[in-house]
Amino acid sequence: MNIKRTYGTNMPKTIYLDNAATTAVKREVFDAMAPYFTEQYGNPSSIHEFGARCGVACDEARAKVAKVIGANPQEIYFTSGGTESDNWAIKSTAYAKKEKGRHIITTRIEHHAVMETCEFLKRDGFDVTFLDVDDQGLVDPAKLEAAIRPDTILISVIYANNEIGTVQPIAEIGRIARARGVLFHTDAVQAFGHVPIDVDAENIDLLSASGHKIHGPKGIGFLYMRKGVKLPPLMHGGHHERGRRAGTLNVPGIVGLGKAAEIAGAEMAANAERVTALRDRLIKGMLSEIPHSRLNGHPTKRLPGNANLSFRFVEGESLLMMVDEKGVSASTGSACASGSLDPSHVLLAIGLPHEIAHGSLRFSLSEDNTEEEIDYAVEAVREVVERLRSMSPLYEDAVKAGGA
Amino acid sequence: MNTSTKLEYSEKVVDHFTNPRNMGSIENASGVGTVGNAKCGDIMRVYLDIDDGGFIRDVKFKTFGCGAAIATSSMATELVKGKHIKDALAMTNKSVMDALDGLPQVKIHCSLLAEEAMHAALWDYAQKKGITIEGLKKPKSDIHEDEHDHDHVAEEEED
Repeated sequence: MNIKRTYGTNMPKTIYLDNAATTAVKREVFDAMAPYFTEQYGNPSSIHEFGARCGVACDEARAKVAKVIGANPQEIYFTSGGTESDNWAIKSTAYAKKEKGRHIITTRIEHHAVMETCEFLKRDGFDVTFLDVDDQGLVDPAKLEAAIRPDTILISVIYANNEIGTVQPIAEIGRIARARGVLFHTDAVQAFGHVPIDVDAENIDLLSASGHKIHGPKGIGFLYMRKGVKLPPLMHGGHHERGRRAGTLNVPGIVGLGKAAEIAGAEMAANAERVTALRDRLIKGMLSEIPHSRLNGHPTKRLPGNANLSFRFVEGESLLMMVDEKGVSASTGSACASGSLDPSHVLLAIGLPHEIAHGSLRFSLSEDNTEEEIDYAVEAVREVVERLRSMSPLYEDAVKAGGA
Repeated sequence: MNTSTKLEYSEKVVDHFTNPRNMGSIENASGVGTVGNAKCGDIMRVYLDIDDGGFIRDVKFKTFGCGAAIATSSMATELVKGKHIKDALAMTNKSVMDALDGLPQVKIHCSLLAEEAMHAALWDYAQKKGITIEGLKKPKSDIHEDEHDHDHVAEEEED
């Protein structure tokens, strides 16, 4: 079959497989938020009843968020999202502890919000160790422990990678950090609400998360800060969030995040089972239907919804655009899509050669996807890869050399 | 991880990307040129079939690269088809870009690659024929794993 995008006929408008980028706000979440725009528009900082009611709504949301990670509500600080939380956790730890030491340990596969913050601190006189990962994207806890020095003030390891989905041995890393007396931060933007997290059992001191990856709204997130860890604010101003994070509370966003977290927490096990089955169907389908394809990341220690595959001899941006023509929304780690010449730092960190990293696609699923959609996507990608290979001088050379 | 720059592409770029002209190869071509490298993420190969009068009877391309790389390859072949080699030599990255109604800033290097691929194919033709084409220089880049040639980026920045 030659798939063409067919709006309004037998196939859906868009098969959305980019849930790691962002998700649809759930109807229940939207409904919970709605009154806080036009009716309950008070400022929680106000003394009057009208404002205080909104403060109560925020505290209810705080409790819902805390519950998902086994935290105390007082340890949750609302922010504008994952990027702000990462910046806050890392910069404030660095500046608060710079007399004790100036060494930070992180990994080669962090999200830009952590990586660029660490690079910024490096330029400001801090020393940063970027730990290597193995070919499936896993950090070796023994190597991490070996990297700890007397002047190490922070360990920051991404909970689950946004590109390849690999879930790190966070409990083990937390145990090491605690034993060595080093603060432990994790960017859990992709993990929160998708995999079980227990900040106490895993010895997490600081955790960043975001609302829009769990069917909540954009522009809202939080930083979990363990009781006793007193980081100075990143945002200076009023006395919001117990003096730690200035700025009028984003009440509708907070309410939405709370509702989304509540649903994600309650449905986590069922969603994970459903989405993992869809993910494995997609991976199995692509690997069996498309020659010279490979799965990136760990086969089992990965996010339920993440599938990242490389297709040799083709380039990711053209691949992405052509599958988009067929109604499939995905994402790529190719350089050509980002305007730089180097492909994704994560794909390079797991040892992919540049030319293979260029031909990678990430599919990130949600519980709203169906088997029919997955099968359609597999067929669409198969057709596009075949077409692009027919245009590829690399494929031509490989065929001549007998390698394809 | 970024998504596509598709929305920044002109309609002509999208058209040439979606329906590339002259895609394929030519057996026993008069000249073949390959430029770019897989490390950078784009490789273009141009095949020329040139008659005794120096006219380009047929031209084909194969490209590994992004939407802009494929579109510029397609347009470059359209611009030289049926033309004399001197006209093909006069084709610049700017003429390819203009014909495509422009390219996003970050994609300008793709058009330079198209120009280089054409020159490389003409150079190959000249070498095979043992002739000199006035104004044609030896191509500077070729597919080579170790060599990360970013000259075309420098030119882009001067643009």
